[in-house]
This record gives sequence, structure tokens and C-alpha cells, in this order.
Amino acid sequence: MFRTQARHAAATGEGTGGARGATAGGGGGAAGDGTPSRAPAAYLSGVTKTYGLGETTVQALDDVSVEFAAGEFTAVMGPSGSGKSTLMHCAAGLDTVDSGGVWIGETDITRLKDNDLTELRRDRVGFVFQSFNLVTTLSARENILLPLDIAGRRPDPQWFESVVQATGLADRLGHRPAQLSGGQQQRVACARAMVSRPEIIFADEPTGNLDSLSGAEVLGFLRESVDQRGQTIVMVTHDPSAAGRTDRVLFLADGRIVDEMREPTAERVLERMKAFEG
Amino acid sequence: MLKASWKSFLARKLRLFMSAIAIVLGVGFVAGSLIFTDGLSRTFTGISEGGVGDVHVRPAGASGGEDSLVSATVPGSLLSQVRGLKGVAQADGNVMDFATFVIGENGKPIGGQGPPGIAVNYSDAPSMTGQRIFRLVDGRVPTKAGEVMLDTNTARRAGYSIGETVPFVVSVGDQPRQSGTLVGTMEFGQGGMAGASLVVLDTASAQRIFHGGKDVYNDLQLTAADGVSADELRATVAAALPSGYEAVTGAKVADETKGEFETMLSFINTFLLVFGGVSLFVGSFLIINTFSILVAQRSRELAMFRAIGAKRGQVTRSVLLEALVVGLIGATLGTFFGLVLAQGIKVLFKSFGLDMSGTPLTLSLRTALIAYAVGIIVTLIAAYLPARRAGQVAPVAAMRDDVAMAEGSLHGRVVVGAVVMALGALGMGLGLFTDVGERMWLIGAGIFGLVLGTAMTSPVVGRPFLAVLGAAYRRMFGSVGHMAAENSVRNPRRTAATASALMIGTTLVAMMAVIGASTTTSLDKQIKEQFAADYLVGNLVGTGFSPAITQQIAAVDGVDVVSPLRFAPVQIEGKRDYVTAIDPATFGRVTPVTMVEGRLTDLGTDEILVPDTKRSMAKVGATVPVTFGSKQIQAKVAGVYEENPSLSGYLFSTKTFDAAGLVPLDNRVFIVADEGADTAALKAGVEKVLEPLPTVTIKDQADFAEQQRGQIDQMLYMIYALLGLAVIIAVLGIINTLALSVIERTREIGLLRAVGLKRRQLSQMIRLESVAIALLGAVLGLGLGVACGIAVQRAMVDEGITELAIPWLGIIGAVVLAAVVGVLAAVWPARRGARLDVLEAIQTA
Repeated sequence: MFRTQARHAAATGEGTGGARGATAGGGGGAAGDGTPSRAPAAYLSGVTKTYGLGETTVQALDDVSVEFAAGEFTAVMGPSGSGKSTLMHCAAGLDTVDSGGVWIGETDITRLKDNDLTELRRDRVGFVFQSFNLVTTLSARENILLPLDIAGRRPDPQWFESVVQATGLADRLGHRPAQLSGGQQQRVACARAMVSRPEIIFADEPTGNLDSLSGAEVLGFLRESVDQRGQTIVMVTHDPSAAGRTDRVLFLADGRIVDEMREPTAERVLERMKAFEG
Repeated sequence: MLKASWKSFLARKLRLFMSAIAIVLGVGFVAGSLIFTDGLSRTFTGISEGGVGDVHVRPAGASGGEDSLVSATVPGSLLSQVRGLKGVAQADGNVMDFATFVIGENGKPIGGQGPPGIAVNYSDAPSMTGQRIFRLVDGRVPTKAGEVMLDTNTARRAGYSIGETVPFVVSVGDQPRQSGTLVGTMEFGQGGMAGASLVVLDTASAQRIFHGGKDVYNDLQLTAADGVSADELRATVAAALPSGYEAVTGAKVADETKGEFETMLSFINTFLLVFGGVSLFVGSFLIINTFSILVAQRSRELAMFRAIGAKRGQVTRSVLLEALVVGLIGATLGTFFGLVLAQGIKVLFKSFGLDMSGTPLTLSLRTALIAYAVGIIVTLIAAYLPARRAGQVAPVAAMRDDVAMAEGSLHGRVVVGAVVMALGALGMGLGLFTDVGERMWLIGAGIFGLVLGTAMTSPVVGRPFLAVLGAAYRRMFGSVGHMAAENSVRNPRRTAATASALMIGTTLVAMMAVIGASTTTSLDKQIKEQFAADYLVGNLVGTGFSPAITQQIAAVDGVDVVSPLRFAPVQIEGKRDYVTAIDPATFGRVTPVTMVEGRLTDLGTDEILVPDTKRSMAKVGATVPVTFGSKQIQAKVAGVYEENPSLSGYLFSTKTFDAAGLVPLDNRVFIVADEGADTAALKAGVEKVLEPLPTVTIKDQADFAEQQRGQIDQMLYMIYALLGLAVIIAVLGIINTLALSVIERTREIGLLRAVGLKRRQLSQMIRLESVAIALLGAVLGLGLGVACGIAVQRAMVDEGITELAIPWLGIIGAVVLAAVVGVLAAVWPARRGARLDVLEAIQTA
């Protein structure tokens, strides 16, 4: 289970020095400060989740075990109803599991009470939604700072600066979401996810509502944050070209992980997807 | 988080403002009633304190105020005696009468419908507050017979200026009509007179008119010398007084007077506060609904807050914060509305003769605090449920495309509602069928429980009604009707809450209508049964007149029998009570009295008849101590009569009143005509006798019934007008709910329009939904109101509401009106819906 960052490191012209690896099993320090770590940022162990009752029961996740290495960009793919969204919801502590364990860093979140879980999401997890979910009444700056505002914490100006710089929205911070393009809105949403320096970011089809150009911008921004700031990102997507920019692709079908691909390219992902359907 | 909720508030200010209107009205009523009663109380304090001196000497047992009908007086010799006492700077004798009315230029009396017409002798004594009791405004004070002075307000109302002759009527002596030349005008004490009129005479004239020319006074007023306190002076004087007289401080007299005023007018306070409460209760439904809908519409945003780490409490608090702002704004506007309202009530009262123009209305700190507390607390309580639901939005909802607010099962709510309803029914049943003490309280609580329970269970209770209405809609309006019917049951809570607001108003209106109709019918029946006489002489407030008048009436051609009725306050069984005196010889001829024991005509001096309801407390032959002012008698129980709505309490003989030293004043006189007498001539003859007494009129049975009905109707119209506000709040609720629903269904409306629904059809659909809500509220309310009205009527059989009458015509009218209200409420939301741009609407996420 080793991988190398070489391709992307070379692409950005910045060596990160040393392989960032995902090791099997738990333990190790939590990532999130940008320093490479050998521990997984999150992992699921034997997670099962069913919806509905009686004959309408749907097995959304069927004994799924998977880990997300720190500083790695993972795509989760699969046909509709494969359980990929449920996988993310459970991993992110948005939804409960029927059985199995979910760890963020060293915390088993299935054992947390609602308030602790909420604090964990607030302080250690970031979210990017398909439909941006910006607060329409707040400016871009206020939207980005919202998680800190909720936590009652003051932003670290340097970090805020670097995140904003990376989004390329420095001159649009005073605008309301309605005055921004879709790509810009999603970059605001990404900045919001990163502002509290989360250990892991979950992105739910972040390019799903965007045209290809804006989508590419957003992906570029996510890729850069993985490469330059060591961010861990898990992204659910339908789009092979989006998956092609990640480090690793998980394929789900009927609630199970059926395949995994390292150093994916859009073409390989597309072929693999075709194989699914065939 | 604070910033986020504030901005979200600003973005929704119009919708929130509409829910604040309910708070504005409710707080307005509460604040208005407090401001008004504050002013009223200040006016009466002014009157009470402005009219008394440091120390008063009066016959023992007399009390201040206009109930001092006792004829016991203080002799003039006592005045010269106390004048010489140490510490007395000034001593004056007061002559007072509380039933002297000025006749205006137009021949009509000034006042006489509540506030007293006061006559006094002039003195320059200062009041306990150090000011002159009479402050001369114009002209001079009366010094000899044939001169009068009026307060400026009465002079203006009557239309007299200095030098003109002022006619006035008095209630004592055989010369009721008097007059004098106006020599001056004055203001009383601290200004306000609360509508009372004041005729000031010189001392000798006052003694001549009111005390038959004897040198006696009603009381003496002493002014303390410098450095002597009222209490010290009182002690000095009390020590020097012969027995049968007492010395009291002015403060005590003022308190006695004020106490009387306050009990008299406390009902105004209660009345207004009840309507404030109703507005707030109805308004809270509107707030629940508005916040529920806003929370539902924002559920995706709220879920996002939860996903990125806002705790449940934080989300709940952010919604409550919005409610707090709504409450603050509502309370602020409501307080101002209250000031306006109080001013309005002041004007209204002036038209009834209670003039408070001397007292400005001010907002006290206490009123402001209460207004804000009420406004904010009600808003927060009402918004709490929606706010809590906001906190319970699943964070994962932020990831979903179409977020449906979890509509929890109605089960719990219906169960709680049913329990509340059952408790209400139980309370009502206890109040109706058992003999527990506080029946009306139990019934009142029962009504509240039933209304609240129905409101809670209405999503279920209303279902069959909406199903029937839906079938009718489908038949009459086809697919548009079908969609409207479906929409009305789509969100049962919302429909029910909106309808409930209307239901509360209609419940109260229907209940009052049933009580009003029952009262009128009962009254008509009683008058028919009890009014055995042909004519009644008297007026509404029962202003007394001299028995000499009664004698003159008896002498009119065609009059067979006259029988007077007198009322007087006494202390009996340790309580103050008004009792009735009759003429035992003639009373049976004018009113049917069923005797259980003893004979009516046997009632003698110092004897009483007790009603059968109090039989257990006073047996025939036993004695009951009764205090008339300063005199106590041991009244022997001579018989027991059957109490009925028009005759109740202890009955005395008029001779007992005379013997007890009461001023002989007839309050009502019944007349029986000779058989075959010329009634027109008789009436004209009596009217001629009454000519000098413009406040007193002669009425036959029909006139009397009319007058009584008029009183009830006036009261009912006032209640309807106030309840109308509750209905207006409910209509605002319907408008708000529909407008929010239209926004919520933007996409769906766009779709309907895209597939070919015409604008007119869309408006029709929204209108029909509105009518469904309005009819549901009206039908539930009318049903509940009629039931509660029947219960109250049953409970008040003993108080005289023996007949049940249900105004069916009015009820059918109310249903039609509700449909119209529904159509009107839909105007704005329907227009909004019809104007939506089809393409934009479809693309709305």
C-alpha cells in the first residue's frame, strides 16, 4: 500500500521530501498541521448501514473498511445508489452507522455524543458541498470565517491570508454569493472548509454544479492545497476527469468497495467505470 | 453566529414584521390599559386628596365618598367649638350633595349617567396638599342666595357664561328645581374632575336647600396651624369631641374615597387586559407559524450550520435571537400603540361623561417594563418550538438536494391536545354540575383548555372537514379545486395553526353572541313576568329623587298605585352591600313576590325579608345586625321570599331606612294605572310632574326592555370591536402563511404555469386554499364558541340568564364572512404567485 507523490510534486515543481505513506492500522499522531504523517487521517472499520424497514430495506454500506491517509487526495466513485454518499456521510460524522467503527485521527466518532461530534466536525473536519451552501446574506469573507465565528475563535490572519491568496478571491471578499460566479462561490466554500485547519476535508461532488472550466479551477485549488499544505481530502464524484486529479480512487458498488486505483488518470478511470457498467 | 443570525433577520424583515404586528397589538392593549388606569388613578388621587383638608370632623361611622347618604350631620355649634382648639388655624363647615345636576342651555342635564353631580358650599379652606380646594378662574365666589359658581368644564358643557341664570335640580326637599346667577367659574383642587359637575353655593343657601335651613353641616374641615401635623391635630380634636362624632385625618378620608373609585373602575383594567391577553394568545399562533415556515425554508442553511460545526443549541439560539428582535420591535411599537390607545380610551370615556382632560397620560417605568417583558416573553415562548426544531435538523440534510423538514408524527401532539381538551371539559363539567366554590373560574379555565386542546388537535380534528370541503372543491372547481384541497392538507400543522388563530377569535365572538342573545331573551322574559306595573319612573343609574315627587305622581289622574324602591349601602354580615327598601303595602301590586314564609305586607320597621338562598343563614325570628352609616340596628327576620333575577338580597321597609336616618330618596317608582285609565293622559301627567327632574323619566314595559337591551347591546358591540382585532390578527396570519407558502412552492408554481395553468387559475387555487383555512377556523371556532356559550348560560341561570338563545342567523353570517375573509386574505399572496416569472421559478433551487 505504498504510493508516491512524485508526479504531482514534479508538476508543481516543489518536492515535499520523503514519501507520505499510509500505513495499515491505527495509531500515530494526527495530521492537519501540514506536516506529513504516517498515520491515516481517518479510517472506517467494518461499517454497515441500512436504510428503511422491511421490504424497502436498502443496504447502503455492507461491511466497509477503508482508510484515508493523511495528506492524500482520495476520490470515491460509483454508480448512483452504490453507497458512496453514505460512505462519506458516515466518515464525516454527519450520519450514524449501524455497526463498525469510524475514526477521525485517534477518535472513534461512533462513540461520541452529539455535542462532541459537532465540536469534532467544527474543529477537525471541513466540508465542501455540491450546491456550495453559502449563506446568501453574508459576504464572501464572512462566509469563509463562519466556522471560526461559530466556534467563537479569532482567525489566524496569516493562515486566512494564505487560504484567500490560494483561492484567488482576494479582491472579491466583500461580495455576496449572488455577485460571484459558480466557480468563485465554490472556491469560497473550499476556503471556508480550510479556514479552521481541519485534519480532513470531505467534498461532495464539488464540481457537480459547475461548468468544466470552473470545475477545473476548483480541482486545481484542492490539488494545490494537498500538495502545498498537506491537506487530506476525500471527494465523492461522478466525473472521471475530476477523479483523475486525485491520488487514489475508490470504486463502490452495492455498498462495498470493489476496486481501488492508484495514480489515476481520467482515461483509466473512465475505462474502469465502463467495465462496471459492462 | 451572531452576525449570521442578524443578517438572516434583516433579509427576512418583512415576513418577521408581519408576525410582529400581533405582538404590537397585544402589547398595545396591555400597555394601553396600564397607561390609562394609571392616569385614572392619578385623576382620582387628585380628586380625593384635592378635596379634603388636614382633619375632618364627622358623625361617627360616616365614610367619605358619595355613598354618605346618611343624613346624620354636625351641628353649627360644634364648628365654633373646634375653632377655638389649640393647633387649629382654620375651621370650615362643609355642606355636600352628590345628586345635584346642572340643566344645560338645551334643557338637558349635564352628566347624571355615572359621575356624580356635586353641590357644595363655598369655603376658602386649603386641601391637605396645601392648595386651595377651589381655584377661582373667572368672576368671584358666591356670597348670597341666588348666586352660584360652576367648575369651568361644567359651565362650558352647559353653555353658560357669567351673569346668566343657571338652573339645576336637587334630589332633596320638595323643590327639586333651583336656579342661581352664575357669578364665577373655578377649577377644582388639582384640576381633574373625572366628569363630575360641581355647583358651588354660599353656605346659607346650601344649608337652606340641603338641610332644610338648619345650621348643620355634613362635616367640618380643620386646617392645622403651622408646625402642627395632621395626626397631632386629629388627636387634639378627637379628645375634645362629644360622643357620636369622630375626627379623622384627611389622608384617611382620601383613602376611603379613592378605594371606592378604584373598585368602581377596576373592571376597565380587567376588560382591557383580557383583550390584551387574547391578542397575545392569538398572536403567538401567528409567531409559531411564521417561525416554523421560515425555519423550514432555511432548513438547508441550518443543516449546513450544523454540518460545519454549529451545535444544536447554537442553531436554536440563533432562531431565538431573531425572535428576541421581533419581540423587542413588537414591544417597542406596542408600547407606542398603547399610548395612542390610552389616548383613544380617554376620548371614548369623555364621551361617556368621564372627563380626564386634567390629567396627562404618561408612560411609567413599570408599564414600560411590563410591556417589554410581555412582548419578549410571549414571542420567545411562541418561537421556542420552531427554534428547537431548527436545532434538530440533521446535519446530513446539507448534502441532500431536496430538504424536507422532518414533520414529526402528530401523535404526541394530538395526545397532549386531547388531554388538555379532556381537562378543559372536566373543568367545565365540574363548574356546571357540581357545587364547588369558584364555578366561573372553573368554567373559564375549562373554556381555555378546550380552545387550546382544539388548537393542538386541529390537524386531526380538521381532517374530516377538509376532506368534505375538498370533495366540494373538486366538484365545483375541477382540477384547480383538487390542487387547492390537496395543498390545504399538505402541511396539516401549518393549516391547523393558521386556522387556530382564527378559531380563537371566532370562538370568543360566538360565545359572546350566545351569551348576549341569551341575556337579552332572559331579560325580555323576566320583564314580561316581573314587570306587573304599567310604568316605571327612574333612570339608568338610579339617581334618587324626593318622595315628594312620588306623592305628586300618586295624585296624577288615572294612577291607581305607586310603589317606590330605594337602594342604600349597608354593612351586613360584615360585608358592604347594597340593599333594597320597598313599601310592603304596595310592592306586591307592582311586582309578583312569592313568599316562602311570612307575609310581604307584614314587613315592619326594623324587620327584613331574606331570600330563600340565604335561608340557612337567617331563620325567621332571628336577628341580623345591620349598620347604616353611623347607626346600627338589630333587624328581625320577618319572612323568606323566593329570590328571582330582578329581586334579590335583603329586603327592608322604606320606614326602616327613614328610621335609620337615611336621606329619604326614592330611586325608582312603579306605577299601576286604574283599569281603563287613559294611558296617554296618565303618561303626560307624570311627565309634567317630572319636568323639573330631567334626569328621571317614565317608561312603560317596552321602553324599559328597550333600555335594558340597549345597555347589553352597547356592551356587546364594544366586545365585538375588541375581538375584531383578534380576528384581524388571524387574517394577517393567513396572509403571512399563504405568502410564505407561495415562496416555498415557487418551483412548483413555475412548473404548473409551464404546463399550462393560467394566471387566473393559479390565483383561484391560492384563493381556494385560503378560503379552506378560513372556513376551517370559523367552523371550529363557531362550534366551540356556541358550546362554551351554552355552558356559560347554564352556569349563569342563577344570575338571571335563564333562557338559552343561539343567534343562528349571525352564525351563518359569520361562516359567510369567514369565506369572504379567506378570499380577501388571498389577494396579495395570489397576486404574488401569479406574477412569478415561469422560467425563473422553474430554475429556483
